[in-house]
Amino acid sequence: MSGTAIVLYFHVHQPFRLRRYSWFDVGRQPHHFDDGGNAEIVRRVAERCYVPMTSLLTALAKEHEGRFRCAFSITSTVLEQMSRWAPDALDGFLRLVDTGCAEVVSETSHHSLAFLGDEDEFRAQIEAQSDRLEATFGQRPVTFRNTELIIDANVARIAEELGFRALLGEGADHLLGWLPTSDVYRPHGTERLKLLLRNYRFSDDIAFRFSNRGWEEWPLSAAKFSRWMHEVAEDARQVGLFMDFETAGEHQWEETGIFEFMRHMPGPLLDGGRFRFLTPGEAAAEIPAERDLELPFAVSWADAERDLSAWLGNPMQRAAHAALYDILPDVRRAAAGGRTDLLEAWRKMSTSDHVYYMATKGWTDGEVHEYFSPFDSPHAAHVTFMNALDDLARRAASAAREPAAAVS
Amino acid sequence: MRVLMLGWEFPPHISGGLGTACKGLVEGLAVHDVEVAFVVPRLHGDEAAVPARLVDSGGATVAQVAVDSALSPYASSDEYTRRATAQGSHAPYAADVIDEVTRYAEQVRDLIHQEPCDIVHAHDWMTFPAGAAAAKTAGVPLVVHVHSCEHDRSGDDADARVVRIEQEGFDAADRVVCVSRATANRLRSLYTITPGKLCVVHNATPSPRSEPAREVTPRVAEPVVLFLGRITAQKGPHTFLEAAARVIEDVPDVRFVMAGSGPLLPTIVERAAAMGLARHVRFTGFLRGDEVDRIYDEAALYVLPSVSEPFGIAPLEALARDVPAIVSKQSGVAEVLSNVLTVDFWDVDELAATIVSVLQSPDVGRDLAAKGGVEARALTWADQAGSLVEVYGEVLA
Repeated sequence: MSGTAIVLYFHVHQPFRLRRYSWFDVGRQPHHFDDGGNAEIVRRVAERCYVPMTSLLTALAKEHEGRFRCAFSITSTVLEQMSRWAPDALDGFLRLVDTGCAEVVSETSHHSLAFLGDEDEFRAQIEAQSDRLEATFGQRPVTFRNTELIIDANVARIAEELGFRALLGEGADHLLGWLPTSDVYRPHGTERLKLLLRNYRFSDDIAFRFSNRGWEEWPLSAAKFSRWMHEVAEDARQVGLFMDFETAGEHQWEETGIFEFMRHMPGPLLDGGRFRFLTPGEAAAEIPAERDLELPFAVSWADAERDLSAWLGNPMQRAAHAALYDILPDVRRAAAGGRTDLLEAWRKMSTSDHVYYMATKGWTDGEVHEYFSPFDSPHAAHVTFMNALDDLARRAASAAREPAAAVS
Repeated sequence: MRVLMLGWEFPPHISGGLGTACKGLVEGLAVHDVEVAFVVPRLHGDEAAVPARLVDSGGATVAQVAVDSALSPYASSDEYTRRATAQGSHAPYAADVIDEVTRYAEQVRDLIHQEPCDIVHAHDWMTFPAGAAAAKTAGVPLVVHVHSCEHDRSGDDADARVVRIEQEGFDAADRVVCVSRATANRLRSLYTITPGKLCVVHNATPSPRSEPAREVTPRVAEPVVLFLGRITAQKGPHTFLEAAARVIEDVPDVRFVMAGSGPLLPTIVERAAAMGLARHVRFTGFLRGDEVDRIYDEAALYVLPSVSEPFGIAPLEALARDVPAIVSKQSGVAEVLSNVLTVDFWDVDELAATIVSVLQSPDVGRDLAAKGGVEARALTWADQAGSLVEVYGEVLA
């Protein structure tokens, strides 16, 4: 293949946020999640982002007659929220897939850190997610992305064992050294898997800097973006534009002109003749992997550190993560005895957002609020999570002891 | 007899034991026909914006006169500055807590003309300048009441300005009432106080809000060891965690519930996680009224490991709700109780062993709770207020 592929990939996710769950609720209140708040948020994001953005991407696919292509991953948690509270958003994604120009990417069903906690659970969540995507969108995913784009040698090995063709990762400087993000890599230790990396400069021009008026390049137009892209080395194989789907309309509000940018971005790139839009699965099929790449440590797309410190950086986060996986054996026994609702509740608590809320990086507000709300402070998030987990642990242990009684 | 009483807080808006003690005193004084005009320095959203006369359930007449100020009990200078800043630039609050104490004193001195009294009674250092100014203006005796001194609250980091205000209060006062003998002894060694001014009136057990109610089938199976108090270094939260870590080696199924808020809460939450106690230690944040009753009713044991505790009302509340208590030997409440377990605040091994012994021998706990409960219920605010009335009589004579 000649020319340079543009791999445009979006991540769609909403967590099931916990309700205000106190010690007094433990053993008494079986429902741990804030249905009202979660419904409100997914409806708002649907209105601002999911509905207009899927409609825009669908229009681009039609306008460019198949030459505009993109991919997205969409967690089971947000799929459940859409089907319960924002069905128009789900319709938007279905219409986008119907164009034949969008690839659906797999991941863990619940946006979890299961690859660190329990390998069987990791595999189970991926299989569940691929099944759900196939049932919803009619495509069996061939591309895998791990939560927060975290990759290491283990993730690559398992992705290959599960039959994926492509793995998405962060093109982090400390991983690549002098190597380019644009090559297609073979993760060391795998035989068929191809690793496509995110070009963080171009991706973050859109995802983070777009609305920053202090940025010397503000405002960013589609023409300027195309000019920059054309400065990429001629022999570059691919440019990975990976970002949250919520970039358009939620992280960057409509008023910033983000939708206009997205609408006009593909035209000048396609006009030059040099670029082609490919989905990750297509890129992995067409572009040979030229180099082995060692993945000796975990790399993510978060923060300046591009590591796991946003989720497991402090004792509260590590303790919550450890406690979560400690109760998994009981939860599994309960599920085997019919209490699959407890496994689902556990999986909703395995969503990485919960430990992310406990991050103290950059947290300077020493004010202690009188009542804990899950989002008041990292400490309140930890306390709330541990209360809810304490309750879930009791229910799971009791159901695991008496599986027959638990079914009734 | 009419007393102008200067406090920091009044229930339900309390952040520690001081407000509880003031309420008990006011109720107790009513039994002795003493009328109290109670001034609090801080308005809350659910109070009338104008001075209001309230009648509480105990039948005591409380003239609650609110002076608009950002003062709050237990506030360090830093906390005060943050709170005043948070209230916005339009608020006419002084920038420093010491200035605010002075401003409060000026307001109270003006107030004295509307609130004629026979005695001015000021609770703890932030009201001392106000008390001194009001007593001088009115030409009546001044009683200052020490629930804790700066050395109790801040240990070695005592703020010299606060210590000076305390000393000036003791100089201006006709009597210095202490909540325990231990406090009187500390004041004697740390301040210069004219012999004969110091006297002790212990706190008493608050009147119960409800009858103790134990659930027949508790919602959690494990015993609950309760810490209830402000999360500050003074209350010994680190000692509580260290003891918890040793207790779970012998009694793995136990929950340590830390109820209360305070500047050290984030540190303690992180510390519990770092010590591997995240599964055993639960935090509730600040609790009010019926939640406090519920937390006692679910507790197998109450622990007050204070480094420095001039009195400590919470163990009395616990005992009155049939919860056995362990208190540090350094707490004033130990002076008025026989049926309570005591340990040195620094002796983590002893504290852990004592907790384990109560958890493993429920009969011991029940016996302590029964006998301690009798003691606690016998310690009434009416009796303690009677002692205070004697002090009033001495200064008026």
